[in-house]
Amino acid sequence: MSTTQENVAPTTERVGSVSAAAYRIRHHAVNMGEVQGQGYVGQALGAADMLAAVYADQLRFRAEDPEWEKRDRFLLSTGHYAIGHYAALAEAGVVPVEELETYGSDDSRLPMSGMSTYTPGMEISGGSLGHGLTIAVGMALGLRYQGSDARVYNFLSDGELDEGSTWEAAMGAHHHQLGNLTAMVDINALQADGKTDTVLRTEPVTEKWEAFGWYTQRVDGNDVAALLAAFDNAANQAAAVGRPSVILCDTKVGRGVPLLEDREKAHFMRIEEHEWQLCREQLTAGFEGRAAR
Amino acid sequence: MSIATTPATAAATTAAPKTAAPKLKTSAMIASFADPGQKTASAPFGHALVKAARENDKIVGLTADLGKYTDMHVFAQAFPERFFQMGMAEQLLFGAAAGLAETGLVPFASTYSVFAARRAYDFLCLDSAEPNLNVNIVGGLPGLTTGYGPSHQATEDMAIFRGMPNLTIVDPCDSIDIEQAVPQLAASDGPTYLRLLRGNVPAVLDEYGYTFELGKAKVLRGGNDVVFVSSGLMTMRALQAAKALAAQNVDVAVVHTPTIKPFDAATVLAEINTDRLAVTLENHSVVGGLFETVASAVVTAGIAKQVVPVALPDEFLDAGALPTLHERYGLTVQRIVAKVLAQLG
Repeated sequence: MSTTQENVAPTTERVGSVSAAAYRIRHHAVNMGEVQGQGYVGQALGAADMLAAVYADQLRFRAEDPEWEKRDRFLLSTGHYAIGHYAALAEAGVVPVEELETYGSDDSRLPMSGMSTYTPGMEISGGSLGHGLTIAVGMALGLRYQGSDARVYNFLSDGELDEGSTWEAAMGAHHHQLGNLTAMVDINALQADGKTDTVLRTEPVTEKWEAFGWYTQRVDGNDVAALLAAFDNAANQAAAVGRPSVILCDTKVGRGVPLLEDREKAHFMRIEEHEWQLCREQLTAGFEGRAAR
Repeated sequence: MSIATTPATAAATTAAPKTAAPKLKTSAMIASFADPGQKTASAPFGHALVKAARENDKIVGLTADLGKYTDMHVFAQAFPERFFQMGMAEQLLFGAAAGLAETGLVPFASTYSVFAARRAYDFLCLDSAEPNLNVNIVGGLPGLTTGYGPSHQATEDMAIFRGMPNLTIVDPCDSIDIEQAVPQLAASDGPTYLRLLRGNVPAVLDEYGYTFELGKAKVLRGGNDVVFVSSGLMTMRALQAAKALAAQNVDVAVVHTPTIKPFDAATVLAEINTDRLAVTLENHSVVGGLFETVASAVVTAGIAKQVVPVALPDEFLDAGALPTLHERYGLTVQRIVAKVLAQLG
């Protein structure tokens, strides 16, 4: 199609800005994990670059008005990633940073599993996995029907590729030519019962999405420049021609904290009381080390 | 239950005597339950949705490859740009319906009741009911309205759905109920489930000075000996049975409760808390439907009173012709009359 454009590599400023946001999101997530003493910190650290790319670079929203009609929609299908999403919402100014310490506490607006009825900026109640993309299809249809140019981003995990409903939605999005829909799949190769390839083999993932008619890219989900380039590609190559796009993001659980990156991978990671400060120090040392290079 | 004792299997495996009358046949998927010569309206849901959509531009329609079989095709023809075909994918159907509602639209999403209740429950529960969205579920073939057997007979749909918080459940009697319910369902805030009657649907309630009000039960006729509390197409049978019993000097009142949830306990209990024989009548399993709704209201109110159910048994039902099955499972006027007379001794 002639409507597509050549891509320009993301600028250093853009990459730097998103990387700094990702660093702060990771810090928030570690702090929230410490309040609970446990939690899905590993997933939040792994997905922080994806969340930062969305909130610091892609998403059109008003922090002071989360219900703004013209906003882009970000759907967290993986409800247990809420810890990462709250961190991103704090980074985006939607949720006060000081509120993060209530994460998972009684009467908090920040429950362990994300719910739209609790938290500003939380579009859906995820958690029963495989729902997000079906809702995203309806939102994308509804926004387009009403003449809105808002986009819908659905964040899902590779574990959710086990769910048949994800593929029902993948077909529906292609059939209805939803160029205003982008799916982001966090491929951390880990599920509740173990490694994804031992629980239910989902590979070849790229070929599956391509076969379902999506504009498909697979990137290192912890490489901010690659993520931003993928979003740019999707906007230029797919949106204008009515093709839904998917960005398959290979990520590392615990990314940014070597102590956790090297730990035996677990869906629900245990971290000892004395380790939280060490996590923060490693996070900062890594970020400052990269920035200095 | 052993297979050999089920009536359908017995009929299928035993050679029929040559002199026997020809057996009725399972007709099309959706058999009409209108009596011969009865006044009917064609596709009342589809036409009511078109009418409501002319007045409310937020209304949209969806289906999961069953537009023609749920009268949604009438809407699709009138408003092609407001109709979304989701394919034979019920999880997507109801997830997408929630997504449409999230953008401010008022979706009516149709499929068969069995698929809505059994296949897509999680999507209705968490995506529409928990956030209390205005998603309107339209379920065809409720209860025993097809002879296709358990794959299509939603005999337990209300039992499944009654436990879902926020969900309004409507079991209409006829075309008048449906025509009047549709705009009220669109206007009510939360999710709703309509037990759809489609095709040529009997028009019954206009003879009783009746209007549908969401959440309200209505006394259609008074009577001194028996009180029927009914919903859905069984209200039509209840009215016919009341007439038949009148000929035998049994005076029967009929209370129609098209809204199963939230239930109008005040109206129903005022009728039940008398010395009349109380009978519930529903096109649904005896488990978890109207009977148990009434029974729990009666007990909660501290009323010591027997309530007699006319309902489908707690079984997987046979396949066959609809009149055969309604007679077999006790939904016909003749069976209702016999049950009442037996109760009255």
